[in-house]
Amino acid sequence: MSKILIRGAKVLGGEPQDVLIDGGTIAEVRAGLSAEGAGRAGGAHDVTVVEADGKVLLPGLVDLHTHLREPGREDSETVLTGTRAAASGGYTTVFAMANTFPVADTAGVVEQVWRLGREHGYCDVQPIGAVTVGLDGRKLAELGAMHESAAGVTVFSDDGKCVHDAVIMRRALEYVKAFGGVIAQHAQEPRLTEGAEMNEGVVSAELGLGGWPAVAEESIIARDVLLADHVGSRVHICHLSTAGSVEIVRWAKSRGIQVTAEVTPHHLLLTDELVRTYNPVYKVNPPLRTERDVMALREALADGTIDIVATDHAPHPHEDKDCEWAAAAMGMVGLETALSVVQETMVDTGLLDWAGVADRMSVKPARIGQATGHGRPVSAGEPANLTLVDTAYRGLVEPAGFASRSRNTPYEGRELPGRVTHTWLRGKATLVDGKLT
Amino acid sequence: MQRHLISAADLTRDDAVLILDTAEEMARVADRPIKKLPTLRGRTIVNLFFEDSTRTRISFEAAEKRLSADVINFSAKGSSVSKGESLKDTAQTLEAMGVDAVVIRHGASGAPYRLANSGWIDAAVVNAGDGTHQHPTQALLDAFTMRRRLIGPDAGLGQDLEGKRITLVGDVLHSRVARSNVDLLHTLGAEVTLVAPPTLLPVGVETWPCEVSYDLDSTLPKSDAVMMLRVQRERMNAAFFPTEREYSRRYGLDGDRMARMPEHAIVMHPGPMVRGMEITAEVADSDRCTVVEQVANGVSVRMAVLYLLLGGNEPAVTHPRTEEK
Repeated sequence: MSKILIRGAKVLGGEPQDVLIDGGTIAEVRAGLSAEGAGRAGGAHDVTVVEADGKVLLPGLVDLHTHLREPGREDSETVLTGTRAAASGGYTTVFAMANTFPVADTAGVVEQVWRLGREHGYCDVQPIGAVTVGLDGRKLAELGAMHESAAGVTVFSDDGKCVHDAVIMRRALEYVKAFGGVIAQHAQEPRLTEGAEMNEGVVSAELGLGGWPAVAEESIIARDVLLADHVGSRVHICHLSTAGSVEIVRWAKSRGIQVTAEVTPHHLLLTDELVRTYNPVYKVNPPLRTERDVMALREALADGTIDIVATDHAPHPHEDKDCEWAAAAMGMVGLETALSVVQETMVDTGLLDWAGVADRMSVKPARIGQATGHGRPVSAGEPANLTLVDTAYRGLVEPAGFASRSRNTPYEGRELPGRVTHTWLRGKATLVDGKLT
Repeated sequence: MQRHLISAADLTRDDAVLILDTAEEMARVADRPIKKLPTLRGRTIVNLFFEDSTRTRISFEAAEKRLSADVINFSAKGSSVSKGESLKDTAQTLEAMGVDAVVIRHGASGAPYRLANSGWIDAAVVNAGDGTHQHPTQALLDAFTMRRRLIGPDAGLGQDLEGKRITLVGDVLHSRVARSNVDLLHTLGAEVTLVAPPTLLPVGVETWPCEVSYDLDSTLPKSDAVMMLRVQRERMNAAFFPTEREYSRRYGLDGDRMARMPEHAIVMHPGPMVRGMEITAEVADSDRCTVVEQVANGVSVRMAVLYLLLGGNEPAVTHPRTEEK
């Protein structure tokens, strides 16, 4: 394998340095590296030089919440198209949610997804196993078998559905302690959200759309942090979306409860006011909330109450969004715009620096999901999982250029900052000058 | 006037008064031996009904026919919609047949808005009721009825409902009629009070341009019109209220309660009424109750809306109104 010299990159947004990649590993990080010197040091290898020219170098991003749709809904996304989208967005690992057809509730299905990710080679794919058989919330899936499979599953989630039965949730939290697993909860009290179509509040009252009250999320989070405390387990909260949820997680952390939480890019930027257009591109679960919630989420991500950003990348075919609100599917694609939204909402607002972005989008998600070799420091001897970002760029979001098979983005035509130009997965370039390899 | 009628909130005061005034002219047509105007001759209107509704569809159909439009009725039952055809494909199919306006009733809130704003079709869209969102022609016919009764058919011309106290009672949460009425009556200067058990009021109602009360008895003496909304018995199964009888006792309108209303005050109902639930037969059949009048006025108001959306600039009635006096 040849060498790569990245010249003049602001590592985690710091002073420009040169980074030499040798094979799958970072060989050296310092100012003043030359191609010639790099070549001599390693013998007779060619050195590919990438002029970073002030771009920001981050550890490869890790998404703890991606829907790759394969097996079953290959019309909206496949492992190949989803991991290409991930590489385009600067990701080197994605955790694939279990709500496929068939559901990823057996060792066979998780191994299939894991193996497809390895074969395609754009991004590591770490399957998430279902907590209950068929996501129906009644019977635990074979969590141990999924953990012991080649896929080595450590994160379990019924995402899309809430593990609403308190006893099942308690047992799951306890059971995965045997192998250091974590339950990622989709917090949605089902009875309080029957017929729910959007955030319950001023806008839903006017539009006559079924309300999804904040309390339906908050009551489950409150219950689950108490359960995790009681049985001494670790719980992860998926796509936290309300100011009240932030307060509960903040309280739980202050008590030493092992809870981690994620926020999606869209909940950091968009509000339920957009639903006034009845355009289903804004239909998502949990729903877009209010300005007050958005501000609380940003603040919580900055102060660490919310640990990570996860995309909840949810591809859907065109026809499932080109219809009336009630008939539309819930979800938005997010892998290819996540970093731009985080720059817009967190970096350009002064809430987070680039080291903070690396922490929330790579280091912490890798740690929660136990993705070894990812979310590591950008320093000599570490795996060369890297992302180079042109932070000075501003441009309109053009879904036609997406690598994802689906186009259901809420940002079409919106101007956003930042563009990922290069992604390296263990030293292999998956994205070069904004183009997939 | 806008090109579509999607929400009562889209109407300005002047738009609304123009519609009501035009409806008065249309009402005079109904008094003629031949109840027909040539205004929309050669124009095609489709009544696209995805939800069962006999009275609204018939009302629109009568309005369209009195304006000499060609009318196509499309009911979703037994159609390609039940075979999975999308709203978009249905609408485009109809437009390909040369439809000038689509009158749509749909169970999903926002479906008419999508139809008008998605670029699927070019025809004018009239909302005939969408989910729990809006029913603007109902609000217009209600306002028309109030103006006629509280001010007078001739005295009301050019007038709004400034200072009139209107009370709406019942299932506001699930009611598109309530939403449309609050919007339009506010625009017309009326003072609106909603009365309902707290379970049947939406979270967020506190931002609406109206008062909210849980107590019917204290509101009745301060009302110029009381509109009873239909309450479906099934709501009781979802714990919105304990029993039908308790609902009736607390929020139903009977003869005793009607007696507490001012002399001139009227009782309204958008229909269909659930007698014995929100309204007793004694009230429903009294001459203070305008429910039958509302139906007749519905045709006039819908004629006015279609005329103003499609008819353009010519006078609706071929001779000046003064000649009829």
